Amino acid sequence: MVFKALADESRRQLLDRLFARGGQTLGMLAAGLPMSRQAVAKHLAILEAANLVSVHWRGREKLHYLNPIPIGEIVRRWVGKFEDARVESLTGLKAELEDAAIEIKEKRNVRT
Amino acid sequence: MSAPEFVYTVYIAAPAERVWNALVDGDVTRKYWGHENRSDWRPGSRWEHVRVGPGGEVDVAGRVIEIDPPHRLVVSWFSPEDEGDSARTSHVTYEVTAMGEEARLVVTHSDLNEEGMRLGVSAGWPLVLSSLKSYLEAGKGLAALDRRIEELSDQ
Repeated sequence: MVFKALADESRRQLLDRLFARGGQTLGMLAAGLPMSRQAVAKHLAILEAANLVSVHWRGREKLHYLNPIPIGEIVRRWVGKFEDARVESLTGLKAELEDAAIEIKEKRNVRT
Repeated sequence: MSAPEFVYTVYIAAPAERVWNALVDGDVTRKYWGHENRSDWRPGSRWEHVRVGPGGEVDVAGRVIEIDPPHRLVVSWFSPEDEGDSARTSHVTYEVTAMGEEARLVVTHSDLNEEGMRLGVSAGWPLVLSSLKSYLEAGKGLAALDRRIEELSDQ
């Protein structure tokens, strides 16, 4: 659903607009775009269904916000895993080096 | 309250009561947020967002404005040094909606006039909410958030 929602230039453009400024109405988002208001409304509904857009009602006004959480989850699924593995291997390395340092110290103590 | 600056939505495969508890129980928030949320959660009471660690710094504080468990919580939000400065006080609304055995959590942050807090908040909420989701669904918070808190503590 997220990929389908992102696989369209017009929808990515709408997300860019919401990234630049949150809390826009349909009218504000449609202004200056070479699309009908109906087309923008349809794109927004798809983005909302994919949870890439959050909405907030202010009276009768529907305000739209970029919701980056599903994108963050995708990043962590493929990027975060490697990052975690790297951190774990670094932690392992640190522990090994510290053990080695203790051994060296102990050997020195034996010598002196 | 003016129109919010940020509105975040996260769907979590956990009952609404568990999601609610994960917002107000300090023993739970420390596991995925790196901070304990402390308060008696009565309207008008103070709440504090206390960093886990030897220092126990209060990074954020505020008042409980509205509370309706397990559905809706509205709190004020400021850095402790800005207490009493209404221009530097923002507001956070948590709305938990049960959807069968799952829940939707919407976090709304309004009145963020101060630039530093605005930047911190825009970077922080997505990470915190993803961490909450993985904690409730898999029993484990995000390592990325732990690292961010470590960086914060090193500053």
